Amino acid sequence: MTEKPILEVENLETHFFTKAGPAKAIDNVSFTVGKGEIMGLVGESGSGKSVTGFSILGLVDAPGEVVGGKVLFKGENLIEASDKRLQELRGNKISMIFQDPMMTLNPVLRVDTQMIETIRAHEKVDKETARQRSRDALAQVGIPAAEERMRAYPHQFSGGMRQRVAIAIALLNKPDLIIADEPTTALDVTIQGQILYEAQKLCRETGTALIWITHDLAVVAGLADKISVMYAGRIVEQGDIDDVLDHPVHPYTIGLLGSVPGHNTRGTRLHQIPGMTPSLFNLPKGCAFQTRCPFADTTCTEDQAITRPIPGRAIRCCHPQREAAQ
Amino acid sequence: MTDILQETPATETLNFKVETPLQQFVSNFCQSKIAIGALIVFGIIVFIALFAPFISPTNPYDLATVSILDAKLPPGSKSLSGVTYWLGTDGAGRGLLSSIFYGLRISLGVGVMSAVIALCFGATMGLVAAYYGGKVDTVIMRIVDIQLSFPSILVALILLAALGKGVDKITIALVIVQWAYYARTVRASALVERNKEYVEAATCLALSDRRILFRHLLPNCLPPLIVVGTVQTAHAISLEATLSFLGVGLPITEPSLGLLIANGFEYMLSGKYWISFFPGVALLITIVSINLVGDQLRDVLNPRLQR
Amino acid sequence: MSVFIVRRLLQAMLVVWIMSLLVYIGVHIVGDPIDMLINPEADQAEIERVIRDLGLDRPIHEQYWYFLLNALKGDLGNSFIFNEPALKLVIQRIPATFELAVTALLLAIIVGIPLGVYAGLKPDGRLSKTIMASSILGFSLPTFWVGLMMIMVFAVMLGWLPSFGRGETKLLFGIPFSFLTLDGLAHLILPALNLSLFKMSLVIRLARAGTREVVHQDYIKFARAKGLSQNRIIFVHLMKNIMIPVVTVLGLEFGGLIAFSVVTETVFSWPGMGKLIIDALHNLDRPIIVAYLMVIVVMFVIINLVVDVLYSILDPRVRIQDLKG
Repeated sequence: MTEKPILEVENLETHFFTKAGPAKAIDNVSFTVGKGEIMGLVGESGSGKSVTGFSILGLVDAPGEVVGGKVLFKGENLIEASDKRLQELRGNKISMIFQDPMMTLNPVLRVDTQMIETIRAHEKVDKETARQRSRDALAQVGIPAAEERMRAYPHQFSGGMRQRVAIAIALLNKPDLIIADEPTTALDVTIQGQILYEAQKLCRETGTALIWITHDLAVVAGLADKISVMYAGRIVEQGDIDDVLDHPVHPYTIGLLGSVPGHNTRGTRLHQIPGMTPSLFNLPKGCAFQTRCPFADTTCTEDQAITRPIPGRAIRCCHPQREAAQ
Repeated sequence: MTDILQETPATETLNFKVETPLQQFVSNFCQSKIAIGALIVFGIIVFIALFAPFISPTNPYDLATVSILDAKLPPGSKSLSGVTYWLGTDGAGRGLLSSIFYGLRISLGVGVMSAVIALCFGATMGLVAAYYGGKVDTVIMRIVDIQLSFPSILVALILLAALGKGVDKITIALVIVQWAYYARTVRASALVERNKEYVEAATCLALSDRRILFRHLLPNCLPPLIVVGTVQTAHAISLEATLSFLGVGLPITEPSLGLLIANGFEYMLSGKYWISFFPGVALLITIVSINLVGDQLRDVLNPRLQR
Repeated sequence: MSVFIVRRLLQAMLVVWIMSLLVYIGVHIVGDPIDMLINPEADQAEIERVIRDLGLDRPIHEQYWYFLLNALKGDLGNSFIFNEPALKLVIQRIPATFELAVTALLLAIIVGIPLGVYAGLKPDGRLSKTIMASSILGFSLPTFWVGLMMIMVFAVMLGWLPSFGRGETKLLFGIPFSFLTLDGLAHLILPALNLSLFKMSLVIRLARAGTREVVHQDYIKFARAKGLSQNRIIFVHLMKNIMIPVVTVLGLEFGGLIAFSVVTETVFSWPGMGKLIIDALHNLDRPIIVAYLMVIVVMFVIINLVVDVLYSILDPRVRIQDLKG
């Protein structure tokens, strides 16, 4: 990547200040996404991946707060940006797609209303132009008879269609970056496949950067260029997708890959990573994974630094399982 | 190839403090100082109502001690016999403070009693409707719906027009006005509970219907019922006062706060405000304290507001 | 949509008929009008004549049958006291009561919704807490007492506003309304405010609860993620979702306003239906009682119908459901 990256997240910290105490939902997270690149952000529920997406856009709700780090969007630090500036960028240069389209589209407003307002919030166009652009966006994501269907309400669409509408909305203002938070989790596998394919095509063609947040490794494997694996609010392994998937280094990543059912595991017991993710209020001192790691020892109780064995690769572990192959 | 995925002991420990639901409920409730204050105030009012004859400075209904010469005295004045009327006297010379104490007795008594009876009846109806379903449910709920589509004051007026005056008749009217709210609330929660597995289990154990209804279903429907109960009690007290004020409520022999206020109506224009003002304040304090307690109960018992 | 309306209309008519039955039976037990109207010293022949004239000697079901026939013709008997057709008397008073109720409703909405939404958006602010505290007072205070206090303060002590009666009226579409004159407005303010207080508190609480729930919904977060302005989010996305429960409750409560006007009209001597019925109850003027109740029942049924239709217009999800079943 010789071009300047679209997004540079450096040492991001987002903490939740609850009655039960503070929780570090995001602990020293860093990554970059370049033009036209697709990054997969992978982790279990509660690992902090969704909060990362919200932190970038400044949408973290109380009692959460971004307390440190930088989020550089084309060089501009979003953490320090004013509300007005953030409003200008959201839905315009940075779009977000949420997980459940039934909950994200306002049930009492028509689809065309919700699309037209997105355009007119950022550009002075008249309604008819906005309507045409919306129609084109819908056609682009594969919704038939867009003109009529636009006038319908969200609940009149099927799940897959609704998510396509959400994607269309994200594309309306030709953003530089799209953050997709588990967009296909609630959909059938076949629809999922279609959307994944179209997403990839889109990014290649328009040069839009994409952060795809998911818990599903299989999705990321076919789609992304880079991957960041999150655990308990920290990125534990990061790098080029083929590199990480073929030569995982962190025990958690190895565990994740091993627990995916594959062709050659038929008849044998499914592997699991034993134990449970610790609660954010009760993290062990040092490495968060030590309670479940077969290689844990006393060195794990010290704070883990981020090591970079090769450029583009990062891990946070004191017992890396293999040297990253070159 | 080392298999790192097997045989790692889990090193999790569970440590959380175990509180009974009741303890949790009480501690949640006490988070609002206002609610505690309201509860205390209400307790005082109940105390006054119960012991009115003993703590009241004068007995306003003992004709021997009431003199027309003391009539319409402003608050704080002394009577000819040396008694201080802290809140003044009314048109017939009765001490207002004492009248209020006795009035509280009646207002509170009628209000609470009608609420309790309505609750028992309404809750039973709601449970029966939810549990047996089908035709029973339809019939009961139709009646409830029709009754609830009319405002309570109207229903009360109609009933009183037919029944006439008297403590018992007012209580009956208030019960009939209120039971529908309880029935509807209990039915809603009972419907949800009925589909849960513990009811199926109880049925498999061949427990009698009555037992299932009252020992299993009802306790789980209590939270919304309690909330509705407090609001309805306040409403019943307010309604009774309104009806008495309009002259269709309790008879003159059982003077509730509403009647006291009505008596003071004619003196308003001549500036003798206290005759209506103070009984109103007493009524207000009673209703507000009940509502405040009910508010906090609702916040505490509402699962949707739990974070 | 029309199937929906027709079905509801039929239901409505059934309810009206049942109510007429109940009303008639109930009122039949009201006191003994004979004692009220006839001089106790009148002789037996006189009493019997009056009984025959008023039809009180026939068996109940016959009386009811005639009642029903006459009712459909619009004749509900003559008032015992005024000796004029009861129905006419009641209907004459409708505009006054309506004026009061509608003004109260408007006040409740115009004041209540902004206050409630504000309290919902900033629940921990000082102003919000004050608003909520006032709302508790608002629906705890018995209406009649507040009315008395209003008269005390504004009419007697301050002398700003008149304390009873209705002001001058002007004709609008042939019906006299008093809000069209300044004097009428002066007479209208206090009672309307009095009547609206209870509903206003209700609206504030509803709006606040609705706002608090809606504000945490994903679609609001999504709207922010789209970069919409705060105003648009509040006034379009939030409002439309809150309006549904608010309108439903208000619609049903409008009937309550009309019923509760009984109290306000008594306190302020406002010449509406409410005052009429209270006087009729005291005087045991049966035809008026019956006429009033029948009119009220019809009114309520119509109101419920209108609310149902309004609700289905506002919430598109309901529309689809009803079309299917």
